Amino acid sequence: MSLRKALEIVSATDVGRLRDHNEDCIGVDADLGLAVLADGMGGYSAGEVASGIAVATLMTDLKAALARKDQHAERRNGCDAAQVAMLREGIARANASILLAASGQSQYSGMGTTLVTALFHDDRVTVGHVGDSRLYRLRDDAFEQVTRDHSLLQEQIDRGLLTREQARRSQNRNLVTRALGIDPGLAAEIHVHGVLAGDIYLMCSDGLSDMVSDEDMHLALSSMRDKMQLAADHLVRIANDHGGKDNISVVLVRVLQLFPASAGFFAKIKSWMK
Amino acid sequence: MAKLILSLDGIVLKEQELTKERTTIGRKPHNDIQIDNLAVSGEHAVIVTILNDSFLEDMGSTNGTLVNGASVKKHFLQNGDVVEVGKYKLKYINEVASSTTAADFEKTMVLRAPLSRTQSGSRSLSDTQMGHAVRTHGVGTVTSLNRVAAPTPGSTMQPAIQATSTAGVVAHSRPIAAVAAASAVALGVEQLSPPVATAMTSQSTPVGARSITVSQPAPAAMPLAAIQILTGPSAGRELELAKSLTTVGKPGVQVAVITRRPQGYYITHVEGASFPILNGKALDTQAHPLSDHDIVELAGVKMEFFLKS
Repeated sequence: MSLRKALEIVSATDVGRLRDHNEDCIGVDADLGLAVLADGMGGYSAGEVASGIAVATLMTDLKAALARKDQHAERRNGCDAAQVAMLREGIARANASILLAASGQSQYSGMGTTLVTALFHDDRVTVGHVGDSRLYRLRDDAFEQVTRDHSLLQEQIDRGLLTREQARRSQNRNLVTRALGIDPGLAAEIHVHGVLAGDIYLMCSDGLSDMVSDEDMHLALSSMRDKMQLAADHLVRIANDHGGKDNISVVLVRVLQLFPASAGFFAKIKSWMK
Repeated sequence: MAKLILSLDGIVLKEQELTKERTTIGRKPHNDIQIDNLAVSGEHAVIVTILNDSFLEDMGSTNGTLVNGASVKKHFLQNGDVVEVGKYKLKYINEVASSTTAADFEKTMVLRAPLSRTQSGSRSLSDTQMGHAVRTHGVGTVTSLNRVAAPTPGSTMQPAIQATSTAGVVAHSRPIAAVAAASAVALGVEQLSPPVATAMTSQSTPVGARSITVSQPAPAAMPLAAIQILTGPSAGRELELAKSLTTVGKPGVQVAVITRRPQGYYITHVEGASFPILNGKALDTQAHPLSDHDIVELAGVKMEFFLKS
């Protein structure tokens, strides 16, 4: 079942104003209801390579996994575990691919990438993330950060050592505690969230979230609900206006209508009997 | 590397680099910064440094510790803060962010948990961390992240710090493209950060304050503008364009947004079959700059854009 009619997905990416190349990478598949965003790091072009591998591997992997699953459509009902496992395995494979590529070529050694991915299915979204790439949600008038960064600052905030406001002035920004391509035993954080029609999901690299306040993101999404591409371009523009210190990437997913999984034969019979 | 400059009545007595995880200040001789004055307690205050951030904590001193004139118990030090202990002043200098190596500062690095976890649970930081060197990749200069803070027991700040830094450091520097002009841009932005004084109120901020959003330094330079409605039922009404983005028009009929950017105000069509009219000419899908006294027609209503002086 294609989710193209249920979801509007747009994206924008920009090198920013200080860097000479873009190490962010975005992958989107509207039919599968899948979006992946990665922010690479590492010397020379290694950051690009790492984020590129992560997105390509995860997209291919999930596409194949979802196709396999469609052949056994009955299994999908109410089964979040399958999506979670799919993401977990996909991210693990992407991690292994980056480590492998790095071990083969010395110029790539030590490259890594953060990642955030959203897989929409059956009125839900499974969100996986590693590092400080984020997913936010606008529902009605509430704009919330859904993912919690794997970063030194977030840990300090959690422990009450810093407030969020102070964290913005910290000199220890950009220190992530998890990334793909670093540790073979990487644990991605994966959660399943309910989706409502009208929700807008925003995925971004730290080039956006470091430069643009939550308030401005909220404002942009709510005033340009019907013009998602315009909103995405606007967000990139404000990030650049505020300095554009890093590559800026954003993916917006707007839920036009709900997308319940088509029930299997037995499930349909069951629901008739009730 | 951050440092403290100790002075009395404007005369500099000592400069102390904050290389240690804990730099102690007090009257007794074992302190890192010893101030032999009766107004100073034996163990007066301590500065805990985690990578590039430093936190000041009063150790229950008799006469207290001031930062920028306000009494503090705990304080997140910002570049330029003046700490007062008795009549002595300690100026905190930490110019990492405002140095010319903006790109160097902005690179993302990974703090990596140590691979060999011999004693999980109550393992001391110094055991696990100190052996991990910094690896730097790419063109980047090696950063100063040689060590992660390893507080010694006894500090009230210790639990928090310990939990936050159970990691060796593996640094992945992004390639540095520090173009001189680009750095200048970054400098400009840094200087726009909120004034240091705001930090004074924060020594006892609650932990659970999740919803605080800091408004970014306003894209200044541009004077504030407003629009005044000229026709229709709300004629005469004025709308200030203070936010980064303001929606105008009638939802469902015709809507445009006016964005506020450092280089000026822009109007963009968002919704509606027909485009807004600017000075008698219909707009297209692009954003258009607005100039003083431009006339905009939206959903049959005329309005004037003007700059407020």
